[in-house]
Amino acid sequence: MKTTITVNGQARALDLDPRTSLLDALREHLNLKGSKKGCDHGQCGACTVLVNGERINACLSLAVMHDGHEVTTIEGIGGEANLHPMQQAFLEQDAFQCGYCTPGQICSAVGMLKEAADNWPSQATEDLGAAIALTDAEIRERMSGNICRCSAYPQIIAAIRDVAGEVA
Amino acid sequence: MRPFTYERATDLAAAVKAVAENPGARFLAGGTNLLDLMKLDIEQPTHLVDVNRLPLSAIEDTVEGGLRIGAMVTNSHLAADARVRARYSVLTQSIVSGGSGQLRNKATTGGNLLQRTRCAYFYDTSKPCNKRHPGSGCSALEGLNRNSAIFGASEACIATHPSDMAVALTALDAQVETVTPQGATRTLAVADLHRLPGDTPHIETNLAPGELIAAVILPPAAAGGQVYQKARDRASYAGGLASVAVVGTKVAFGAVAHKPWRAEKAEAALAAGASAVEAAHAELAGARDNGKNGFKIALVARMTVAALDEAKQGRGA
Ligand SMILES: Cc1cc2nc3c(=O)[nH]c(=O)nc-3n(C[C@H](O)[C@H](O)[C@H](O)COP(=O)(O)OP(=O)(O)OC[C@H]3O[C@@H](n4cnc5c(N)ncnc54)[C@H](O)[C@@H]3O)c2cc1C
Ligand code: SF4
Ligand code: FES
Ligand code: FES
Repeated sequence: MKTTITVNGQARALDLDPRTSLLDALREHLNLKGSKKGCDHGQCGACTVLVNGERINACLSLAVMHDGHEVTTIEGIGGEANLHPMQQAFLEQDAFQCGYCTPGQICSAVGMLKEAADNWPSQATEDLGAAIALTDAEIRERMSGNICRCSAYPQIIAAIRDVAGEVA
Repeated sequence: MRPFTYERATDLAAAVKAVAENPGARFLAGGTNLLDLMKLDIEQPTHLVDVNRLPLSAIEDTVEGGLRIGAMVTNSHLAADARVRARYSVLTQSIVSGGSGQLRNKATTGGNLLQRTRCAYFYDTSKPCNKRHPGSGCSALEGLNRNSAIFGASEACIATHPSDMAVALTALDAQVETVTPQGATRTLAVADLHRLPGDTPHIETNLAPGELIAAVILPPAAAGGQVYQKARDRASYAGGLASVAVVGTKVAFGAVAHKPWRAEKAEAALAAGASAVEAAHAELAGARDNGKNGFKIALVARMTVAALDEAKQGRGA
């Protein structure tokens, strides 16, 4: 089935079996191996990408559902020559060990900061009428969809806190 | 995953027709439940009708003073809506207690209501399960039934409905607006959307095949506090072992029955002047322990008392 998805700013024309997940389209058809397959069932967050600016699990979506959408993967967030502030912060805070969860963590964190800036609530939000303050409890809750098997959580929170501080 | 054909619906009536006329067809919304189950070969549709581009993504004020929530509104957008936060905070509380940020960005209002059980044997295709294979037996009855139902179960199935959002909608007296295969619009209470298992646990809702959920309608906000409490094995990103929604003196339980469980006996007791403890016990007297899920009885009783207490103090009002 013919599908055109704008991936990291470039329109990509694909002809796919409808069964192809967005994750497999990115990894196997577009050779963007940054997004990782951890569980393939929405349970780990390793496959997190941004679709039209919102973070989703690319494993639980069909590529054909995204015709005309804008997808941003870790490759589009930044590269060695132009690291995104979140990537820089992950380096500085030592926020990974094996690195398998990291692309998903970073895409998720970028999407999460936008959600908080748009004043979306989370389970950690005590006053639904007030502006969101990105406390550590808020960051932890909002990032709970990204599992880190190496348990780099304290450093991940530190990295996100650094960037959130810059943005705020 | 088995092969299927895919179409992107642009017309509501045509989408309903496409599913109603093809027994192998299913609606595809966020896909976070359906695609997961297809990967596991539990769901085996031969045709998917993607309803994401139907014009069902608005949250509108109703003339009665409530809200009409389009079926394709994502869980995130619904939870973040200023009107929902101000007037139906139990709904926001329930939604943000479920899944993860990524899942809520994809999951829709209609899909969330129609998500299927998380019973471990339903997911294990090597085990008998009356819901997957009618007549094969229920592995949970004598098996690992820690997260099974304590209300309204049958010998055929003791599974629970896992939606958090649906529990809040039940306590809020919300209605579901559908489009029938005949093209008519009908409404039914969220409390009447799902069925108890009886002898037919594979028939989970009162919707006809091909009937599309178009919207959820909230009546004007009721007086009183609004509280959603959820107990689970992890602090976040985990399904509930039990949950309680309180809206004033209306009470619904989650993860304890095949459907969101309206605690009518507790409500009647409260209306007759009973204390929160007495009301909780009035409802839990009808609960059943299958061996490993008995802890839910004391758990729900305590959660009910706590939630009623918080609501009384004005939380979420
Ligand atoms: C890891 C994980 C954790 C989760 N944790 C929680 C949790 O804690 N709490 C919770 O409540 N949920 C939880 N969920 C479930 C999640 O909320 C549901 O998967 C989601 O809400 C389903 O919505 P969807 O739009 O993706 O539905 P889909 O998967 O697209 O559809 C689900 C079903 O509904 C049907 N359908 C969809 N839309 C319509 C419509 N408009 N009319 C008629 N039929 C329709 C489909 O045909 C399908 O049968 C979790 C899911 C995962 C993967
Ligand atoms: S409880 Fe229901 S879903 Fe679970 S094994 Fe028994 S029949 Fe299947
Ligand atoms: S690979 Fe998508 S959530 Fe784990
Ligand atoms: S760094 Fe190894 S899984 Fe997170």
